[in-house]
Amino acid sequence: MGRPLVPLLCGLIFGAGLAVSGMVNPAKVLGFLDVTGQWDPSLVLVMAGGVAVFALGFLLVKRSAKPLLAAKFEIPTRRDIDPRLVAGAVLFGIGWGLAGLCPGPALTGLAFGITKVYIFVAAMVAGSLAYGLWMRFRG
Amino acid sequence: MDIVNFTPVPALIGGALIGLASILLLLLTGRIAGISGILGGLLPPTRGDTTWRLAFIAGLMLGGLGFVYLGDPSAISIEADTPLLVAAGLLVGFGTRLGSGCTSGHGICGIGRTSPRGLVATCIFVGIGMVTVFVTRHIIGS
Repeated sequence: MGRPLVPLLCGLIFGAGLAVSGMVNPAKVLGFLDVTGQWDPSLVLVMAGGVAVFALGFLLVKRSAKPLLAAKFEIPTRRDIDPRLVAGAVLFGIGWGLAGLCPGPALTGLAFGITKVYIFVAAMVAGSLAYGLWMRFRG
Repeated sequence: MDIVNFTPVPALIGGALIGLASILLLLLTGRIAGISGILGGLLPPTRGDTTWRLAFIAGLMLGGLGFVYLGDPSAISIEADTPLLVAAGLLVGFGTRLGSGCTSGHGICGIGRTSPRGLVATCIFVGIGMVTVFVTRHIIGS
């Protein structure tokens, strides 16, 4: 995987999408999660637009033996709902609701020069590293 | 419930761009554009598996830089104080790894390829996020 140009451009389009949709702004994300307050349903349409385009393109993936620039598709195959998936989604949901930041907008926001984003990303990296350590020590 | 600040057209266009970026990454490189997974694969880095991850994250930040110059960065508002940001970051970092994904990997790519795990995880973190905001804004905050 020595080709950085394609992932760089994909990241750029992804970040542009987050910016255009307003999802780089935690206040807007919290506005979506605040269903009983002044609700902003925009995030539903961000998801709908994203899922629709991805699902259309995925028809091509299903017909392709392999990606254009790599040896094989690395697509998760599990379909079972296990306790880890549920617990992880619960913890993520709490953290998302506390600050209005999830990983994509947080990393995109590193370009904004806002101290609060750096604090969040540092803690997010620490949480991710803690998961790695936890996995190693529980065997 | 009052509906305010709803921006349907930019939301749909932005969402379509996110979907486009995700499907291009998959069609060209075979990788799922799950941001927590892309970052997690660097912690720690594995030989031969870092370049694309760093490049994607650099691309995200370039997109953010574009927003600084073309958009309205003064609109960005983060209410949470430092202790809350640290708690939120730790929960997001740990939770997305434990649950194998976040808004992008489960929400866009997972649902987009009709994965039951993606759909279930998305319903859970959106629901729990809503409960969290209800508790912090309308029970503790009121």
